[in-house]
Amino acid sequence: MSMLQVAIYRYNPETDSAPYMQEYQVDTQGRDLMVLNVLEMLKAQDTTLAYRRSCREGVCGSDGMNMNGKNGLACITSLSEVVKGGKLTLRPLPGLPVIRDLVVDMALFYQQYERIQPYLQNDEPAPAIERLQSPEERDKLDGLYECILCACCSTACPSFWWNPDKFVGPAGLLQAYRFLADSRDTATRERLADLEDPFSVFRCRGIMNCVAVCPKGLNPTRAIGKIREMLLADAT
Amino acid sequence: MSNMRSLTFDAIIIGGGGSGLRAALELAKSGKKTAVLSKVFPTRSHTVSAQGGITCAIASADPNDDWRWHMYDTVKGGDYITDQDAAEYMCSEGPKAVFELEHMGLPFSRFDNGRIYQRPFGGQSKNFGEGGQAARTCAAADRTGHALLHTLYQNNLKNNTTFLNEWFAVDLVKNANGDVVGCIAMDIETGEVVHVKSKATVLATGGAGRIYASTTNALINTGDGIGMALRAGFPMQDMEMWQFHPTGIYGAGVLVTEGCRGEGGYLINKDGERFMERYAPNAKDLAGRDVVARSMVMEILEGRGCGENGDHVYLKLDHLGEEVLNKRLPGISELSKIFAHADPVKAPIPVVPTCHYMMGGVPTNVHGQAIMQDAKGKDQIINGLFACGEAACVSVHGANRLGGNSLLDLVVFGRAAGIFIESALNEGIDYLDASESDVDTAMKRITRWNESTGGESVADLKAELQGIMQNSFGVFRQEDNMQKGVGQLAELRERIANAHLADKSGAFNTARVEALELDNLMEVAEATAIAALDRKESRGAHSRYDYPDRDDVNWLKHSMYFPAEKKVGKRDVNFKPKTVDTFEPKVRTY
Repeated sequence: MSMLQVAIYRYNPETDSAPYMQEYQVDTQGRDLMVLNVLEMLKAQDTTLAYRRSCREGVCGSDGMNMNGKNGLACITSLSEVVKGGKLTLRPLPGLPVIRDLVVDMALFYQQYERIQPYLQNDEPAPAIERLQSPEERDKLDGLYECILCACCSTACPSFWWNPDKFVGPAGLLQAYRFLADSRDTATRERLADLEDPFSVFRCRGIMNCVAVCPKGLNPTRAIGKIREMLLADAT
Repeated sequence: MSNMRSLTFDAIIIGGGGSGLRAALELAKSGKKTAVLSKVFPTRSHTVSAQGGITCAIASADPNDDWRWHMYDTVKGGDYITDQDAAEYMCSEGPKAVFELEHMGLPFSRFDNGRIYQRPFGGQSKNFGEGGQAARTCAAADRTGHALLHTLYQNNLKNNTTFLNEWFAVDLVKNANGDVVGCIAMDIETGEVVHVKSKATVLATGGAGRIYASTTNALINTGDGIGMALRAGFPMQDMEMWQFHPTGIYGAGVLVTEGCRGEGGYLINKDGERFMERYAPNAKDLAGRDVVARSMVMEILEGRGCGENGDHVYLKLDHLGEEVLNKRLPGISELSKIFAHADPVKAPIPVVPTCHYMMGGVPTNVHGQAIMQDAKGKDQIINGLFACGEAACVSVHGANRLGGNSLLDLVVFGRAAGIFIESALNEGIDYLDASESDVDTAMKRITRWNESTGGESVADLKAELQGIMQNSFGVFRQEDNMQKGVGQLAELRERIANAHLADKSGAFNTARVEALELDNLMEVAEATAIAALDRKESRGAHSRYDYPDRDDVNWLKHSMYFPAEKKVGKRDVNFKPKTVDTFEPKVRTY
């Protein structure tokens, strides 16, 4: 028997006046499971436990949560990476309203994504085949387009906690730069104008929590730096 | 149920993956009152997991490429029960659909000349099988599904599509004439059950790989649309045809793309032998997926498997070099490190054939209109019901889908369904409203769960179902074992009908969602099992020890599973493409 102590944030709005931590014990039989596997084992025993999950391989972004104090995806985080002293504490992503247990209301996060107009804009007529793009131009999108919208970064960001309605946040800004960097996009000026206020971009204080937690190894802080440079160059 | 809230749309699209979003985009642009109803936020749909690419003759890698060659490969790949009119439509319309995706912003990888990068995939040829291996799969590194799904979602945002995200469709609502006039759906966040009325209901609910214990599919792939259609009494086509992907990561089931072999990787047995040279001397590791999967199982059964238990083989990639792996296959390098603890730069990946794709589904025509048969066995359109993507069987994949054809299927037939529904709405659709008792019929199932007071648990029953399918309906099949499986499923159905939903709460009750999904898994599993038992031949993905040969005299047909009688009939395959000569059935070798 190798028992893992798991503490999980519980809250059901229909029955609980306040959230609480519930303790479970899981026999891992010494296996280095993923955190999601542990949740599935618990769910089989206690069907009331709520969390999101879909792909179980780190590409859909459903199961972002806070594991022993750090945001990440439960499906690709192994126990050996996070468990300390035989204990695992699971909480919902910080800073967003909780719907139930580990399920947060992502509306604010999605609103900031939609705000940056996350789609290619090109006012020239489309050719009969694809628009050409050199491999070098395409390389500029690497490290940007892979974002899975899991919200691990934005919900680890103190600036987003403070101003989730005005600061776009690292995820939204990474996508803003993904379109600014795309050689096929012609809306650069409009995109920059839309971000040119004290909050949207400039609330980033370079804390870099986003970089530390991104499960895809992306670097929103660098993208934000590039947007700042473009905004400053645009202003001069 | 007069106190139930209702919502009314011109068209409701159930499912927010590639085909649903492509259909929705077409309808959003048309200004029709449309909504996408998805049980997950759309970018969490399983399309996101597609890796290697979208196969299409855009003539980038080879300026002389021809969609007819792609069509030939598709028909041959499907072991000749591919409908040739549908394959013709997909392969000829494909380039338009792919260029549209690029114009929408999909970040395809590129060749030096700036055109879309294409890689070789299994079963691809030039010049109708005579000109050697083709490179026809358009790729965004090995994250093509992710790039495609996000691009489609983004363009739906641009066109102000209405989304009902984290809503679960429970059952179809039929009127007194048997027309489909909407569905019952549950808002997962609150638990509220709503009557969704619509003139066109599109099932874009994807596959159901979770009927098997080992699958590359997401946990959400529970065949919800198939379950709904079967419960409504509609037939399913070719449900015995399940693709086992050669390269699921051993133990985890996670997919590594066929693009690995397209880029030059190959499979080896415990002796380090490149065994596909024996089974498919020409195409080798790029033979059809059914052929490669069977070869792997043969190697394992004959004692040449790898590992302590000799129960898998290796996918060797290290000879490709770090640069190619980082540039072309970064995602699988990541997955291999996480799930196989193997860095493909240095070590081979342990792989095993793993349930991957449902070739069968709701029979449709190329416009996405769902089809049933009248008393004489003639095709009859089901009013109000449409299907596209993996949930549909149009059928472009026949008995075995070619790699990269699923993403093309999604966008071509999602678009086609959208176009057709728009024009049908313009012409005017007027079906009888559902009566209160029609709605009550559709409410039966969720009411049953909500009123359950005891019984077995959903998780245990699901595990049992997956075990039965894994043991009796895998890569190789035979009569006695399938008979046993069908019997076990019949017994399981009774137990599921009496199973218990302990948690009756409303807010984000995932236990209720999983209970409703279990019913759908049951429907899909039973349709699969009964159809598999019925087809007494080996064709494409359906391989029987007891009937090892293809039998074109009796079985050059689609199977049709009728849920009310639990009987299987046949439906003619289309051999009449409009602009090219028919591809006559030939012996299929690679």
